[in-house]
Amino acid sequence: MNLQEYTSSAYNFEECTKCTVCTAYCPVLGVNPMYPGPKQAGPDGERLRLKDPYFFNYALKYCMNCKRCEVACPSGVNVADLIQAARIKYEKGKPKLRDVILANTDFMGTLARPFAPIVNGVTGMGITKSVLDATMKIDRHRTFPKYSSRSFEGWLGRHRKEQAEYPEQVAYYHGCYVNYNYPQLGKDLVKVLNALGVGVQLLDGEKCCGVAMIANRLTAQAKKNATHNVEVLKKAVDAGLKVVTTSSTCTLTIRDEYPHLLDIDNSAVRDSLLLATRFIFEKLENGATLEFKPGFHMKVAYHVPCHMEKLGWGVFSEKLLRMIPGVEFTLLDSNCCGIAGTYGFKKENYEFSQTIGAPLFDQIRTVNPDIVACDCETCKWQIEMSTDHKVMHPVSILAKALKDND
Amino acid sequence: MKHDTVIIGGGLTGLLAGINLQKAGQSTIIVSSGQNALHFFSGAFESISELPPLVADTFAEAGVRVHYKEGVSLLPMGNFRKSFLSLEDLDIFPEAKFASKALVVNFMGYHDFFSSFIAEGLENAGIQTRIRFIRLPEMEHLRQSPSEMRSVQIARTMDRIWEKVVQEIRMLLKDEDAVILPQVFGLQDTTVPGRIREAIPAKVVFTGTLPPSVPGVRTIIQLRRRYEVLGGTYLMGDQVIKAHVHDNTVHSVATKNLESHYLEGRSFILSSGGFFSKGLTSTPSRIFEPVFGLDIEYPEDRNAWYNPDFMGRQPYMEFGVKVDQDLHAISGGVPYTNLYAAGGILGYSSPGLGYAGGMAINSAFKVVDQILKDTRA
Repeated sequence: MNLQEYTSSAYNFEECTKCTVCTAYCPVLGVNPMYPGPKQAGPDGERLRLKDPYFFNYALKYCMNCKRCEVACPSGVNVADLIQAARIKYEKGKPKLRDVILANTDFMGTLARPFAPIVNGVTGMGITKSVLDATMKIDRHRTFPKYSSRSFEGWLGRHRKEQAEYPEQVAYYHGCYVNYNYPQLGKDLVKVLNALGVGVQLLDGEKCCGVAMIANRLTAQAKKNATHNVEVLKKAVDAGLKVVTTSSTCTLTIRDEYPHLLDIDNSAVRDSLLLATRFIFEKLENGATLEFKPGFHMKVAYHVPCHMEKLGWGVFSEKLLRMIPGVEFTLLDSNCCGIAGTYGFKKENYEFSQTIGAPLFDQIRTVNPDIVACDCETCKWQIEMSTDHKVMHPVSILAKALKDND
Repeated sequence: MKHDTVIIGGGLTGLLAGINLQKAGQSTIIVSSGQNALHFFSGAFESISELPPLVADTFAEAGVRVHYKEGVSLLPMGNFRKSFLSLEDLDIFPEAKFASKALVVNFMGYHDFFSSFIAEGLENAGIQTRIRFIRLPEMEHLRQSPSEMRSVQIARTMDRIWEKVVQEIRMLLKDEDAVILPQVFGLQDTTVPGRIREAIPAKVVFTGTLPPSVPGVRTIIQLRRRYEVLGGTYLMGDQVIKAHVHDNTVHSVATKNLESHYLEGRSFILSSGGFFSKGLTSTPSRIFEPVFGLDIEYPEDRNAWYNPDFMGRQPYMEFGVKVDQDLHAISGGVPYTNLYAAGGILGYSSPGLGYAGGMAINSAFKVVDQILKDTRA
């Protein structure tokens, strides 16, 4: 009998050798003594929870799900998955109203968009922040992402005909941020892909990837979104399209969290969902060319978002930025910015969030780049709020460096 | 993606090789499946008895301070071992009796530093020893979660409050001429251990703790930063799962994260470590190298793989992949043209290279020379 066939465990937790390496890389453990740390919260705790759910520890909510423990683990244990799965399975009680509001990024976007100038004005006011802080425990120091009065979907819809004329086509999963807050990134992507002879289509009605719902325990709602998204992605894939993305977190969620945490089978679409940076890099590697502005100069410091570290695809953004003539490139040390999506918006996490990000902010100030490059929208908010530096997506930097053809 | 050299394994060997290949003008990429053996590092590079100037330069350029002299160093279990090259954190003494009286200082609640074993070892060496614990309000928050009161967490606090520790020690110190402290200083601020040494009127000896090793973590951060500044690409948390080979030549490798996007190279270094790092894998019936299926020599009888005396010399520690004299890896008796093995994965298969940290260094430098020679030809 081959005993080893019987020793595989959920999320590889029995592979843990108790080496403690993960504890050295957990950003939360370094600042928040209430958090038991990835080893204790993950594989050690799992052994106890399997015996008796009584051992579930509510302090697991302090896990940011940044996945740095998994990236560091020499034994292939999916530590963060273990922690998030335990929260889904054992955490009782309804999520707070605040968490529901923070988690519903697309619903809030739909509501806010028609009144964007008013909403932006109101959420930017000191009094609003104080009220939200006092009533909802959303920290007053936070800057809310601005809403755009025109959605990206609307814009691309108006350009559908000209996009269809390109010989090669991709679909774009833009996510909530591009649609409601920052359509410019989507437009930049269209510009770069068009320069490569690729036209961009919308999916047949995408929904929020659900990452914030998972984090805030709106699991049923997250599953609904996941099922819907896999369906619309499959339509595109069946039509022979690759699907590109610009958000590292949405990408990780759809590719890995759907099957690992939500038990949603995405095998039909997983390999076709690619970060645009990877898609563009592969195009260029296969002989396509981009023409850049002569005399372009930009000092760029690249921050790899935690979920990009987990995906392992930061290399594509890095190599693309390095190949732009006139870019002076610095790779920032591997550190978490501290925001972790909705985590840093919560009053109880605000101080921890800023302490976690401090080494990154210090390094940005020392390097003093023209622009910080980053593939994650929430890292962008955090870095722009905590330093005086502007953050751009690598795709936007590419678009800016492209030679204008008009 | 194309590079001159693809390095599989990002520990000490892979990073040293990567740094020196980048310096020689090559483009390289390192694939590392998680963190590495430096996290379990005592600070002493075993079995290196000669320091090539290039090694000293490589460390110095990365900001890693080492010292080199013949003697013994004090290990975490209280025993002494012959040493030559070590990180500056770790002392090398001419002989085990390096002091007449020693004060061993530990922090209240910290269980990863074996003060009583160390005291026993020192007494055996003829050093009269006293153990004292200190307790600081700034450290109390760490104790809220005793299972996670670990070296690295303490070190983060110590970077800020080491001066208070110095004050405490000065008050405890009587007529001792040596103070033994756990290695929990200088994680970010590398000047701290030196400043502590200056501030205490006795010889200060930093001794290893249970993992993670603070000097090891710091060293890996410094080496990786140096490698990336030189233009190297480091893929952390990824794993090579398949190789594409024709005529004993490796063309590309596939990784878990990059899937169908292969890493192509002219040369490949396999520095994926031993059993712990999964460079070598074993089942009850066989021992193998999972990526290329390289040749490994080991007895067929499983009982001969290990020594029932747990603390004794373990045969399995010596198993490693076969290489020719130029470190070309061998499969089915035939050497690869462009695949080289270096570091812990060699076991004791190349006795000339030493073992452990010494072998990691020696083989990293040798493999760089050989690749530059082979690719120039």
